[in-house]
Amino acid sequence: MNALAKPETGGILALAIIIAILPFLLPNSYYLDVANRVGINAIVCVGLNLLIGYAGQISLGHAGFFALGAYFSGILVSNHGWPPLVAMLTGALFVGLLSYVIARPIMKLRGHYLAMGTLGMGIVISIVLNQEGELTGGPDGMSVDGFSAFGWEPGNEQVWYWMIGGLLLVAVWLALNLINSPVGRALRSVHGSEVAASVAGVDVAHYKVLIFVVSAVFASIAGSLFAHSSGFLTPSEGDFFHSIELVTMVVLGGMASVFGAVVGAALLTTLPQLLTVFHDYEMLVFGAALIITLIFMRRGLVPTLLSAFKRRKK
Amino acid sequence: MTLLRVENLSKEFGAICAVEDLNFTINPGAIHSIIGPNGAGKTTLFNLITGVDSPSAGKIIFNDLDITGIPTFKLAGYGISRTFQNLQIFFNMSAVENVMVGNHLRNDSRFLPALFGFRSIKKGERVCRERAERIMCDVGLEEYIGSDADSMPYGALKWLEIARALASEPSMLLLDEPAAGLNPSETQEINELIKRIADMGITVVLVEHDMKLVMGVSDHIIVLDSGRKLAEGNADEIRRNPDVVKAYLGHRQKVC
Repeated sequence: MNALAKPETGGILALAIIIAILPFLLPNSYYLDVANRVGINAIVCVGLNLLIGYAGQISLGHAGFFALGAYFSGILVSNHGWPPLVAMLTGALFVGLLSYVIARPIMKLRGHYLAMGTLGMGIVISIVLNQEGELTGGPDGMSVDGFSAFGWEPGNEQVWYWMIGGLLLVAVWLALNLINSPVGRALRSVHGSEVAASVAGVDVAHYKVLIFVVSAVFASIAGSLFAHSSGFLTPSEGDFFHSIELVTMVVLGGMASVFGAVVGAALLTTLPQLLTVFHDYEMLVFGAALIITLIFMRRGLVPTLLSAFKRRKK
Repeated sequence: MTLLRVENLSKEFGAICAVEDLNFTINPGAIHSIIGPNGAGKTTLFNLITGVDSPSAGKIIFNDLDITGIPTFKLAGYGISRTFQNLQIFFNMSAVENVMVGNHLRNDSRFLPALFGFRSIKKGERVCRERAERIMCDVGLEEYIGSDADSMPYGALKWLEIARALASEPSMLLLDEPAAGLNPSETQEINELIKRIADMGITVVLVEHDMKLVMGVSDHIIVLDSGRKLAEGNADEIRRNPDVVKAYLGHRQKVC
């Protein structure tokens, strides 16, 4: 098969082109900042979509992992002088271990119970970030030093943009690889029917834990990027509302669609920034977006549009 | 030689004994049927053999290995597969991918090579897909190779479940009411498919209500009633057994 004809390769290429031309269309660095925030959210959503869209497991606490990654970078770099790259990887490792320990019991829950379990987990993380003032600066937040690796540092939004854009492409590539492999198929079979999956030899519990950890690590790394690129952290990065925002992005963009997660992140990150009139009603807009999606296009934007497009072609 | 031996098997749900002190053996090859009125414990028995439920007492020996209480996902590796009375299709996948899941244990499912898209994984995927397509052709599903599972008719989904089960190359295949909901001509087709599966050397164990189908294909029939074994034998013996006629079909009725 021609490699370019494959939808995945075409999708990555299209995304790369969009990332490449976007900065030349943006009028000033404020928009670049928004674009960076889009990229960071998109990385979280690509990971979260593996859990929600493909494996069919909900998490209402992923902002917690995002914030943990961010604070690991913030605390280790700014308070202890660690190299940022090492701090980022240490944070990811810690979040990986923590999410493993949490996932073992919590992924035995299903449906609403799993939603409640992950919700509680996110809230606990959020409380810790608020209360451990000596470490995290508490509700006032903390400032974070800039990123640097091997003597190089991204000086302005422009450089950050290329770095985040590159990492988003890597995240999309990794997610697509995973989905188009026996591991990805096993994950989707867990979503389809747990009992049929286990009859086929799929260790359902193992795969649920695995993908929970993977999505947590995606969130943690995105959190570290956020900490350095924004330079300032507050515990609200890890609160319940941020978790809901992330889930809404995945559902709106399209569950079980890697590019859908990116589109969802782009829409729901930019809209509140551009339509500042809505600022006070942000959660209302998110809620409405979620409800409208679930009523009128349950599969989300990208899958719905893709299948409509395919039908017209026929 | 026996393939499956069930010893003093019991399963209680609260005060109800779904399966009670059951003993039987299944020899390799041939087609075996388990019949009985509703609530006789047939599906519970399947769930016990496939590890979906764990027994309250007793033992299940498969190929001289004690498989009692072994989790379901490990049993595919022992050569046991099954279909379901109420379909368990992966509706979020294409038809071929459904069958490919059946091949799970033969695929390289290591995480890191999958994540980084190793060439060997992609090659394995191609082989796996070709194999799944071949199995779909074998069972007569060639027209659905390009379909999504959620766009297939009910009858075809029954075949798809069998194709998925065959993809795991089982030595014993448990079919839970394969003819339920099928029309007479489809039932005839499934009849032939079951015989072909047996000819491949796979031991078929059938739970079925369609007596014509059961009597036509089975080499060996076990009759359950209220969780106990009522009778055992070939089709002729079962037909003539007065206990079976009484319990299963009511008084004065003849078995077809």
